[in-house]
Amino acid sequence: MSTSLALIASESLPRRRLYWREPSPLPGFRLAFGFTLFYVGLIILLPLAALVSRPWEHGISGFLSSILEPRTLASLRLSFLAAVFAALANVVLGVAVAWVLTRYEFPGRSVFDALVDLPFALPTAVAGIALATLYSQNGWIGSPLQAIGLKVAYTPTGVFVALLAVGLPYVVRSVQPVLEDMEAAIEEAARTLGANALQTSTRIVLPALAPALLSGFAMAFARGAGEYGSVIFIAGNMPGVSEIAPLVIVSKLEQYDYSGAAAVGVAMLLISLAALVGINALQIAFSRRGER
Amino acid sequence: MTLAVNKISKQFGRFPALNSVSLQAREGEFLALLGPSGSGKTTLLRVIAGLDKPDQGSVFMDGVDFLKLSARERRVGLVFQQYALFRHMTVAKNIAFGLDVRPGKSRPSRQAIKARVDELLALTHIQGLGDRYPAQLSGGQRQRVAVARALAFEPRILLLDEPFGALDTKVRKELRSELRRIHDETGVTTILVTHDQEEAMALADRVVLMNRGQIEQLGSPQELDDAPASPFVFEFLGECNRLPCKVSGGVALNNGFAAPIIGGGTSEGEGEALFRPSDTQLDSGPVGDGLPVRVVQVGGRGALRTIECQALSGHRLFAELPEHLAGHFEAGQRARLTARRVVVDIKAKSADPSASHLEAPTREIA
Repeated sequence: MSTSLALIASESLPRRRLYWREPSPLPGFRLAFGFTLFYVGLIILLPLAALVSRPWEHGISGFLSSILEPRTLASLRLSFLAAVFAALANVVLGVAVAWVLTRYEFPGRSVFDALVDLPFALPTAVAGIALATLYSQNGWIGSPLQAIGLKVAYTPTGVFVALLAVGLPYVVRSVQPVLEDMEAAIEEAARTLGANALQTSTRIVLPALAPALLSGFAMAFARGAGEYGSVIFIAGNMPGVSEIAPLVIVSKLEQYDYSGAAAVGVAMLLISLAALVGINALQIAFSRRGER
Repeated sequence: MTLAVNKISKQFGRFPALNSVSLQAREGEFLALLGPSGSGKTTLLRVIAGLDKPDQGSVFMDGVDFLKLSARERRVGLVFQQYALFRHMTVAKNIAFGLDVRPGKSRPSRQAIKARVDELLALTHIQGLGDRYPAQLSGGQRQRVAVARALAFEPRILLLDEPFGALDTKVRKELRSELRRIHDETGVTTILVTHDQEEAMALADRVVLMNRGQIEQLGSPQELDDAPASPFVFEFLGECNRLPCKVSGGVALNNGFAAPIIGGGTSEGEGEALFRPSDTQLDSGPVGDGLPVRVVQVGGRGALRTIECQALSGHRLFAELPEHLAGHFEAGQRARLTARRVVVDIKAKSADPSASHLEAPTREIA
């Protein structure tokens, strides 16, 4: 009796039962899951559904003509390209800042550390006005730049500069904890094994940072693509040249072209989604490496 | 390869980590730097590796001035307590790292590196794990990889910083003998930092016992055992009984207790006798030499038994006796206690037993 039971048990063991969810010792799954579902639905999915359902008043051709307007296309290109370049630049700058904040001890370090978060806290319009003042023709930075023939304010470069300021904390804050956790011994091991500074950074430190860098990049990029307040003051908003996509949406709204505004919104949504899915896939590939 | 460390001093802020430390490691020797935490042993290792700069002194390796070379130029194999493996690289890549990063001309060919990696996987008994990542290995296997990585580029000297500290006892013992085997097979001069006296005494050709940034004694395990240079050395190397005593003519005396002092002992006066439970003798006879004690408890299992005794003065003393002798004793019985050999700590004033043994319940001696 008992042997036959054991036999059945051992036979059924290798066949893995498919659970709808992994059994967990934590109670409250139904409640927590229900709440999560409700909240995600209310805060994210419902507004998105409203957005996606909006632009079809004039059919698919109306949707396409709204997006394919040269002015809209130019603004989409500017928003996403500026976001990509600013995020890339922020990856470099952010690693440098995080490196200094974690690896060195100096007076005022905690103040610097707190300052990094300022773009989070600052109303974006305030940042925009400050940047526009600095970089305008008579500004502290704008006038010397003007002298060497570089115009920042009221050009696409201005958009890039604004996104640089907005995106930095995302990279710093995602890289910093990883750098903090990285044992000094790892770098010391590389050094004693004969690696020079360049080899240590490119072969040891950066690969270890890669997942954090990607998520910092993704957040800076997503934020940059949708950024409005800090950009419009410095960009000058010349249609087709320095006008960002969110501003096109606003101006369409002001002309009561709700379906056109929603069409541009859906286009931004799709591009962002595609980019973030791609980054996520990369991230999974990175984190699989070296784990289990 | 001979290592000569000469009068190295190093301060961290106002804390003197090393105070004029000198030692030499002979070609192919296995040295252990032993000491309590804060004794400076790890600092000394890091000075030799080039990760810390000394304030004063010199380090020469085969006549090469090490202090003029950076850590990456010294070709020193270093093994860390927490392995410090490169997590995003396979085991084989980890081991090959020291060869991979060599500049153009001196870098071995791909095949030569692969052959060397295979050789080290075999030497450290982790064949077949070359394609795994560190996260897929056990602690013992990780430390084997760390040793293989440190040996791959044929270091002038192998340094290990508490390499077994993060491992459980069984794996630790296994790796310990493996390390000695690897040392004997490669012949590489090796310095091991440890706070575990058993480990140091079992592994090393010579032990450097450090305390407060200085070397207390340097010698073979046998020498340290037979002729401890100070009460600190004697106490650090094993369990000790402490008993106040008077010193006269190379003998420690206390109420019938009379034991020869190791190395004779030149000073006279009062002090504390330190002696090992294993050097302690108990006699159950009613008369004769020895400190009158009362047996409190007979403990332990197996061939050696530990007998806890209490002297009239209140001092608790332990004796380790073989099973057949321990059988003569039971709790409550009176006995006389002597020691085969003692070390005397002259400076230490004999402490009031009622104050220093607060944790032990005081029992009346009938």
